[in-house]
Amino acid sequence: MIHFLVHDTADTVGVAVVDVAAGTQCAGRDLSTNKPLNAKAAQDIPLGHKLALKDLSVGDTVIKYGNDIGKVVQPIKAGQHVHIHNLKTKRWA
Amino acid sequence: MKDQTIHAYRRENGRVGIRNHVIILPVDDISNAACEGVANNIKGTLGLPHAYGRLQFGEDLDLHFRTMIGTGANPNVAAAVVIGIEPGWTQRIVEGIGKTGKPVAGFSIEGQGDIATIAQASKKAKEFVQWATELQRSECKFSELYISVKCGESDTTTGLASCPTVGNVIDKHCAAGGVASFGETTELTGAEHIVAGKAASEAVRKQFQAMFDDYQKLVFGEKTSDLSESQPTKGNIAGGLTTIEEKALGNVEKLGKKTRFVGCLKPAEAPTDKGLWFMDTSSAAAEAVTLWAASGAVVHLFPTGQGNVIGNPIEPVIKLSGNPKTVKLMADHIDLDVSPILQGEMTLDEAGDALIDMIVRTANGRLTAAEALGHREFVMTKLYRSA
Repeated sequence: MIHFLVHDTADTVGVAVVDVAAGTQCAGRDLSTNKPLNAKAAQDIPLGHKLALKDLSVGDTVIKYGNDIGKVVQPIKAGQHVHIHNLKTKRWA
Repeated sequence: MKDQTIHAYRRENGRVGIRNHVIILPVDDISNAACEGVANNIKGTLGLPHAYGRLQFGEDLDLHFRTMIGTGANPNVAAAVVIGIEPGWTQRIVEGIGKTGKPVAGFSIEGQGDIATIAQASKKAKEFVQWATELQRSECKFSELYISVKCGESDTTTGLASCPTVGNVIDKHCAAGGVASFGETTELTGAEHIVAGKAASEAVRKQFQAMFDDYQKLVFGEKTSDLSESQPTKGNIAGGLTTIEEKALGNVEKLGKKTRFVGCLKPAEAPTDKGLWFMDTSSAAAEAVTLWAASGAVVHLFPTGQGNVIGNPIEPVIKLSGNPKTVKLMADHIDLDVSPILQGEMTLDEAGDALIDMIVRTANGRLTAAEALGHREFVMTKLYRSA
């Protein structure tokens, strides 16, 4: 079973494609290369939600689709849930 | 792609439609009651009540006429009865629709009242519907379909599965000489550089950028908060989308990998050539699909993540979803399940072919989920307050 997908090799987040429970060793896939990936979920990640692929600091740009999707506003550890509590738009603020 | 045969209605002007509606079209809000009276009297007709048409002016009035005339001119419409409060604007719409060669008749209410108008218009509507119901479908080509695309209640599965499935169809359809259109100007925010890079020429790129910048100005001019409850929507956020940039990057997957867009259209403006066209639209589903229907699009592809239920009265809306929960929980709304893409059990190419098959079935007469459920959202775009 695939737990998460990554659009581009440069991405710093992956998307859960099943409901993932905290502590799960996740199998993922990089859609741009078709290579397998691994990550450990530090928190529950619902289907469709993002998990961090690396530690991220406040002010960092989050990359998805190989592109800028906003800035980090709370520190994020690898495997944690990335959403409106720690990631904000740069465009429509 | 092999250019498949479909069975559809070839109209007087050569255009191909996949539905055969006789519409009862009000010029203005105060003619809705008469239109609904006629649609109630004559079975098989379709009333299209709406909220506007009085004291509009300038570009907003132009858009009103373009939407009214374009809706009547759409190849999914066999014939149209137009009812307005007065004869001037009524006749202008009748003449506009009449350029297609299809049967159209106008009636106005002032000087005789609703009851007499309903009686006259009902006689004509009965004549039209009995004529239209004898029209036969004939062999047409898939590439003759004008297809519009827009997603709604998106989530992250939209960008992973359902939008790239539409993109695969756009690549195949446009390579075969078909016509298609995308829009959602504000929902390109954060991915506008990708769209700009897909313009077929520098002139088209500049035109796109100007339309995009204008819409940003409108948003920033009117906003009273940080837009966090409007874009992304509450549904988008529940589905895992966090920012407008992330939403936009999933959205533009619908444009395909190879296709360049050949021109930019004002709202409800008809494409003048083959290929993919950008239309400057709202990102609200019902408003945008109404504009595409008025531009002549005959079938709409609608990827959804969390389950937007939108339909349109004259342009069938085909829904596809890549979210396995939505496909299960809202099965009554979903025409095509592409969620196996998430587990690598279906390729994008296979999903695109499955969507083409669903378009063929819809073109041949299968009602979409939204049609069967009675979704007839006819929502006109209004640019500013009336005079």
